[in-house]
Formats: sequence, structure tokens, C-alpha cells
Amino acid sequence: MENWLPKLPIADWVDVFVTWLTTNLDAAFSGITSVLEAVVEGMVAGFGYIPSYVFMILLTLIAWKIANKTIALFTLIGLFLISNLGYWDPMLETLALVLTAVIISILLGIPLGIWASQKQSVRQVITPILDFMQTMPAFVYLIPAIFFFNIGVVPGVVASVIFSMPPTIRLTILGIQQVPEDIIEATEAFGSTTSQRLLKVQLPLAMPTIMAGINQSIMLALSMVVIASMVGAPGLGADVYRAVTQIQIGKGFEAGLAIVVIAIILDRLTQNIGKSKKHGGTA
Amino acid sequence: MKKIEVRNVTKVFGKSKKAIQLLRDGESKQTILKKTGATVGVNQANFSVEAGEIFVIMGLSGSGKSTLVRMLNRLIDPTIGEVLIDGQDIVKMNKEQLREVRRKKISMVFQKFALLPHRTVLENTEYGLEIQGVPKDTRTQKAMDALNLVGLEGYENQYPGQLSGGMQQRVGLARALANDADILLMDEAFSALDPLIRKDMQDELLELQAKMKKTIVFITHDLDEALRIGDRIALMKDGSIVQIGTAEEILMNPSNDYVERFVEDVDLSKVLTAGHVMKRAESVSIEKGPRVALKNMKELGISSIYVVDKKKTLLGAITAADAKYALERGEKLAGILQQDVPTVLPDTLLTDLFEKVSTATIPVSVVDENRRLLGILVRGAVIGALAGNNIDLNTITDVKTEVAAGKLERTNQGDVPAVSAQAKPFNGDNFSSTLDQRSKGSLPDNTIKLNFSGRMNEINDTPNSDREVN
Repeated sequence: MENWLPKLPIADWVDVFVTWLTTNLDAAFSGITSVLEAVVEGMVAGFGYIPSYVFMILLTLIAWKIANKTIALFTLIGLFLISNLGYWDPMLETLALVLTAVIISILLGIPLGIWASQKQSVRQVITPILDFMQTMPAFVYLIPAIFFFNIGVVPGVVASVIFSMPPTIRLTILGIQQVPEDIIEATEAFGSTTSQRLLKVQLPLAMPTIMAGINQSIMLALSMVVIASMVGAPGLGADVYRAVTQIQIGKGFEAGLAIVVIAIILDRLTQNIGKSKKHGGTA
Repeated sequence: MKKIEVRNVTKVFGKSKKAIQLLRDGESKQTILKKTGATVGVNQANFSVEAGEIFVIMGLSGSGKSTLVRMLNRLIDPTIGEVLIDGQDIVKMNKEQLREVRRKKISMVFQKFALLPHRTVLENTEYGLEIQGVPKDTRTQKAMDALNLVGLEGYENQYPGQLSGGMQQRVGLARALANDADILLMDEAFSALDPLIRKDMQDELLELQAKMKKTIVFITHDLDEALRIGDRIALMKDGSIVQIGTAEEILMNPSNDYVERFVEDVDLSKVLTAGHVMKRAESVSIEKGPRVALKNMKELGISSIYVVDKKKTLLGAITAADAKYALERGEKLAGILQQDVPTVLPDTLLTDLFEKVSTATIPVSVVDENRRLLGILVRGAVIGALAGNNIDLNTITDVKTEVAAGKLERTNQGDVPAVSAQAKPFNGDNFSSTLDQRSKGSLPDNTIKLNFSGRMNEINDTPNSDREVN
């Protein structure tokens, strides 16, 4: 067997390909890098501009409006805890990184999902790529990310986008496909154009499922913050990473706890955005 | 005018070329499935629907009726064949033309309502107009009108999920009506509703249809429903249309064993009407005196008689005893007239008149909208018709001509033999009465002739009727 077929030089191919990309598309990559950097830093600066207690109250009110009193109370206590432990600024950095990654995921993922839902061929190409994105260990694409985007927050954002985008795409496809056949028939029977069908019927009906996808994307992006910190992304992940390398169990727990609090707040908020739009008895 | 014309429309799912060749050779659905693996949805359907008609396509599940109706607006593309809407073949149309037809000419109502759950009742009803770009004010107005028509005023801001099934389907109907399309396709529209609601909806559809005169193609698997609402019915089996005809034609003259098996359990009382089973009414003019009335009753061997005016409008009834009393006292008929007499319209179903017939002391009269006396209901004949009795089946044709005569006063001479020719000679009696009609066809006054044939029938009838009248 070994004699019959020599080892395939996949590793060499990838190296060559990455080198080619870095040399030839350098301008594009540095462009992306500066844009993403500006976005994340702008967001951090913006958040930092708001006094922490105002920020707490604001988020609490949003939680109350979108979800309920319990979640609002949890938000208030959780954010107070983070502030008290001294993780306020890293928390804002993490939030900026996660939000940037998720916004990119949504901007790319939903149109891709819609396209794939309409065309079988697109779906057939996209599905294996999504599998690849989700299962390939994140560390593996961190390495080329450093080549392309240097050290810092940008490779972290890129890795988070790659890792977190699949659920948005998948659930957008699923949501649109789940719209009952007879409703599609009805919209066709009344003479809808494709875009009317999509905008007036399929997307509104798919919204709860798409929101579930976005929620999953947020959770996955959060789970990437520690890994992203390995390539120099700042934030709570960096604190956890530092604690791990220096074996500071207590500090690690504190930073980890802050991540958990942020995760729960974001999860509850996004879960309830979809529901707050639902009415009476759609069931 | 032919609103919809379907010519040789065939749908084959799967490899179609070979299958269509086999279909043309007259192979069955099963054989084709075995030989080619292709499923025949609809096999060379031909029919046309007149403007203003309710055309029912009936068949069991899998008979291809839903596929057929979807080819009328090309939700499913026919494999071969033509579908003409107002004379234009929609199969040849491009996307834009087809969309235009769907927007302006054909609306559809679905079995599972297919409402948009995220839109209010009003927004659902507006949908068809909204996608045409009709301005908000106009479409809201039209949608509200449609909702009023189906009795949903006050519900416009509810969501479909808050309504019962029957009300949801009213929204479906309103949505279809709001477009103001001439053609309404209804795919098992009432099948998901429970029986009582279903019956209400059928009644309402008929009422609406009387006002709106749409061309309706109605799909159902329920024979009772088909018979209730269909002007004509097409029966489907294995993708082919096996018979097209009026409810009566299909019931009384099934074209093959399949149709016969299908219709054998039909409750005739829900199909036959008073017009079908009524007998010629003996009557006396109000201007005549009691002596003439008594003489008539005596000759006919009956104990009461209906009184009419010159135009045959029903005024009331008199009994023999009263007539005798009036004769002795020298009174006129008007003095002893009983005005409170039982009446029904000729299109009343037997099932709805049992009670009246059983409680009435004199035979129930059948009158038209203008209260003109058309006939009477004799208990024996009603029961006979329900039993599928040959004699009573005969009378259907006879009485039909009589109804026609009664409504038109004088029918054209040519009409009568045509109607008679449709009659199936079930037995000698009927045959002779048919001959009778023909031989008298040259008489100038058909009313007289028809009355005579009706009279013949009554006399031929069982002694039951006599006993009953007495």
C-alpha cells in the first residue's frame, strides 16, 4: 500500500497556497485588517465612553423590554459582579470582538442561507464547506490567520467568524425550507414574484429559526474568545489564557465567570428577540 | 360561454416520454408504473367549465384531482395538453403572463387554509392586491368588502391562529374573493372542517355564488358535498375522468361499475328535491263555485283540493266537507278557503321536508317563488323515490318536464321530446307515458299535454296515493 501510493503532499500544497495568498493578496488582507481593527477599536472606544453604571442600567432596561424581569435582574447583578471583579474593560473588548464577528456572520450568512435555500446546487456546494468550517479544529486556521492578518484582534475576529457563521447559514436555510408547502403554493397562486414570496412570506415565517441560528452564532463566537486570545486578541479570553499559563486557578475562575455571565445575558436577549415579535396563537 | 377548457391534459411524474406513449395506447396507470417507473397523475383529461358554473371534480385520494386542479393555474405544469382560460392557453405562457393570469383571473382556496400566520386577517385578505401594487386605501377597502361578504367583519385585526377552522377558511375565501378574479379554484376547501361547519360553509358558498356568479372549480372527495354544490360533477379514478354530468345523471345513470359503486350508498334524500318527487296538483279556480270544486274532488276521489287564481297562484285549500257546507248555504269558495296551507319550494331537498310532509293533514303543495302552484307531495311517492323505486324514478323525468312547463307556462314544442328522449325507459308504464308525450307533441298548448301525462302517471301510481289523499 505504502509503496503503491506515496504520501500525498497535502501539507506542502497548503503551505504553497497560503504563501501564494500572502504574497499576492497582501493589499486585500491589510485592507481587511485595518477595517476590522477600526471597527473593533471603535466599538471598544464607544462602549468605554459610556460610564459603566449607565451601561449597566441601559442593558438592564433592554433586557427588561425584550425579555422579562428575572433576566433584567440577572443582567444587573451579573454586570455589577464583572465590574466589581475588575473585568469591566476586558469585558467590553470581548463584547466588541464577539459583536463584530457576529455582525459579519449575519451579513454574510443570511444572504448565503437565502441563496442556498432557493437553489439546490448552491446548497450542495455550501453544506460540505460548512461541515469543514465547524469541525476543523479552530487552532488550525488560526495559524494562517496570523500570516494574513498579523497578531492581534483581527485574526481573532476572522477565526470567530469562520467558526460561528455555519449555524446562521444552516438555520436560515432550514427556516426558509420549513415554511409549509401550501403557504408557498398560496403565495404562488396569487401571483407573487420570487422576491415578494421571499420578503413577504418566507423570511418573516423563517425569522424565529433564523434568530435561533444567530443565537447559536453568538454562543460559538463567545466560545472562541479564549482561543482568539492565543493570537493576541485582548479581552476576557486573554485573562483566562494568562491565568492558565501561570496556573492562577482563582483568577482563571473569575475571568471564566465573567465570560459565563456575558454568555448568559447575550443568549437570553437573543432568544427573546425572536419571541417578542410572535403573537397570540400562531401554533 | 366556456371559461375554462381543458384539452387532453396529462401529468406524468418521472420519465414521461415513454409513459405518454403507453397512455395513448390505452395502458393502465399500474402497467405504466411497472414498465417505466413513472407515475401517472392525470391521464388525458378533457372538460370545459362554463362561466358561472360550479364544476366539481370528485375522486378518492390519489385519483389525481388535486393535481388536475393545480394544472388549471399551473402550480403544476402539465406534461402535455392545453389549459385554456378565456380562450388563452396558459401552458404556453411565460412567467410574466402566467403571473398576470394568476393575479387577475384565477384565485385559489386551499384545504389547509394556507393563511400567513404572521399577518392579520385583513393583511391576509389584502395579500393578493398588495403584491399587485394596489394602493393601500383601495386594497383595504376591497379586503374589508370581501371580509364582510364572508361574515368576518370585526375580526380583521385578529391573527389566523386565533380563529377556528371554519373562520380561517372564511379568511381563505375572502382572500380569494378580494382579488375579484372570475375563476375560483377550491381544493378540498371544506374537507378539513367538521361536518356541521362544512355544511354551513357549503350553504354560504352557494349563497355567495348566487350573488357573485363566479366560475368555481371545486375539488372534493366527499360525494355528498359534490352532489350538494355541484352544477356538474366530474368523477375521477386513477387519474382519468370516468364520468361528467349533473348530480342526477351520475346518480341515476352511472356510466360504469366504478361510478355505480361510488354512488350506491348515496342518501337520496339529500339529492332529490321536492320538484323531483312532486305530483301534478289538482286545483280549482277561485272563480268557480263550490259545486265545481265538489265535482272535481268526487271525480278524482280526493277529500280536499287546492284553490288557485287565474295565474295559478296558490290561494289556499278547501275540504270536501266545507265545500258541501258552502254549497248548501250558497257561499263562494273564498268564504271557506283555508289559507294556512303547507308549502315548499321545488328545490327543497327531501331530507328537509320529511317533517312537513309527515305532519300535514293535506298533501304539501310545491310552489315557486311567486307562489304559483307547481305540484303536490304525496307521501307514497316521496317514500317510493327514496327507495329507488322504478316507478318513482320515472316520475323524476316526467315531473321535471312538468316543472319546466309550470315555470315557463308554455314550453316550446321541441323541448318536450328532447327531455323525454333523455328518460330511461325503466318500465312499460313510463314508456307509454313518454310515447304519450310525443304523440301529443304537436298540440299547441304543451301545458295541457304535460298535465295530461302527469295525470296519467298519478293514475298509474299505486293506490297508496289515493288512499292518502282521501
